[in-house]
Amino acid sequence: MGDKSARIAVLSGKGGAGKTLVSVNLAFLSGESVYIDCDVEDPNGHLFFKPDEVSKEAVTVKIPVVDESLCNGCRTCVDFCKFDALAFIKNRPYVFENICHSCGGCALLCPEKAIWEKDKVIGEVQSGVSHDVIVSTGIMNIGEASGVPIVKHLLNKDVPKDLPVFIDCPPGSSCIVMESIRDVGFCILVAEPTIFGVHNLSMVYDLVKLFAKPHGVVINKCLFGKNPAEEFCIEKNIPILGRIPFDPELGALNSDAKIAARESERFRELFGSLLETVMKEVRHETTVDS
Amino acid sequence: MKVAIPVDERHLESSVCLSFGRAPYFLFYDTTTKETYYLDNSAIENPSGAGIKAAQIIVDHGAKALLTPRCGENAQEVLRKSEVLVYQSIPGTVKENIDAFEAGKLTLLSDFHSGAGRHGR
Repeated sequence: MGDKSARIAVLSGKGGAGKTLVSVNLAFLSGESVYIDCDVEDPNGHLFFKPDEVSKEAVTVKIPVVDESLCNGCRTCVDFCKFDALAFIKNRPYVFENICHSCGGCALLCPEKAIWEKDKVIGEVQSGVSHDVIVSTGIMNIGEASGVPIVKHLLNKDVPKDLPVFIDCPPGSSCIVMESIRDVGFCILVAEPTIFGVHNLSMVYDLVKLFAKPHGVVINKCLFGKNPAEEFCIEKNIPILGRIPFDPELGALNSDAKIAARESERFRELFGSLLETVMKEVRHETTVDS
Repeated sequence: MKVAIPVDERHLESSVCLSFGRAPYFLFYDTTTKETYYLDNSAIENPSGAGIKAAQIIVDHGAKALLTPRCGENAQEVLRKSEVLVYQSIPGTVKENIDAFEAGKLTLLSDFHSGAGRHGR
């Protein structure tokens, strides 16, 4: 699976802060690299990379099926289910597939071995290439409850050894984000320079502290004047890896699904220097670790 | 026949709770004996699946009718398969709803909202 310390996650407490902007541009400038979009509810990195030779793999979860001829109505499974995905109706368990977390506990505990598990497709993983970048995208089917199994599938895929891996995380700090950063060596927190931005930044900051992940902040949409996100970083002693200006040209390129660092010298320099800073931090952390 | 009602407080002058799955208490009323008792709703803390668990409580206590202003699809599934009828409650107290039910003035609930059933995000 390669050296996981070279895996870099890009996260933020809210949507629209600039995770995809940062991770797409860093992967592009890294040359041979891997970009993994874990924002399975609305993946958009592939719109920028427009990968070729896309292959698709279905992602499935296990859902319990009750064999009523074997079930003796003991209710062990229903009482066990922490998610109340099983109801007890007319002396038999009844499965709510969309509530089930696929833990397998009901099948394991059934004293009559009356529960088996079927595969249920909840989404897919697409992989393709865009110049030197391997682009993997997780897509969850509409109406599914949890994208965590898709993220697991994405991150367990083999990638060529020694390539830097950029993981574009879902917004927030919930289970699926924890799954996305579990094995990474470094976290980039993208923040907006507002009070609201600081609130969201503090959420993901708490998360990476909890997971003891080396981290740094990129402040996006910077303007002149007061910068609450910067003040937060200084107060908490968090390294600021870079600042991206609030720039109409950058916004326009991004809205057209163009990779800014490919289109303009100015942004190539901006993201190039960010990449250099990030890689310096990552190498530093690896050296300290070993 | 036993009737169940989600209630805000443990008395007959209480209002009917606007949420079924997350009501603090359930009132059970026996139309034959006129006896009532209240139960804490243990589904209230469920991050998801509260409607299913609440419906299970109603079914396990042998109620044959539920009076509620709203009910989700998942809870409805449990109640329908268990042959519990779901009636639309009316604005007013629990007592007024019991009277209306016994007078045959309540209609069956026809509109079930989609079950929340979302995992914690």
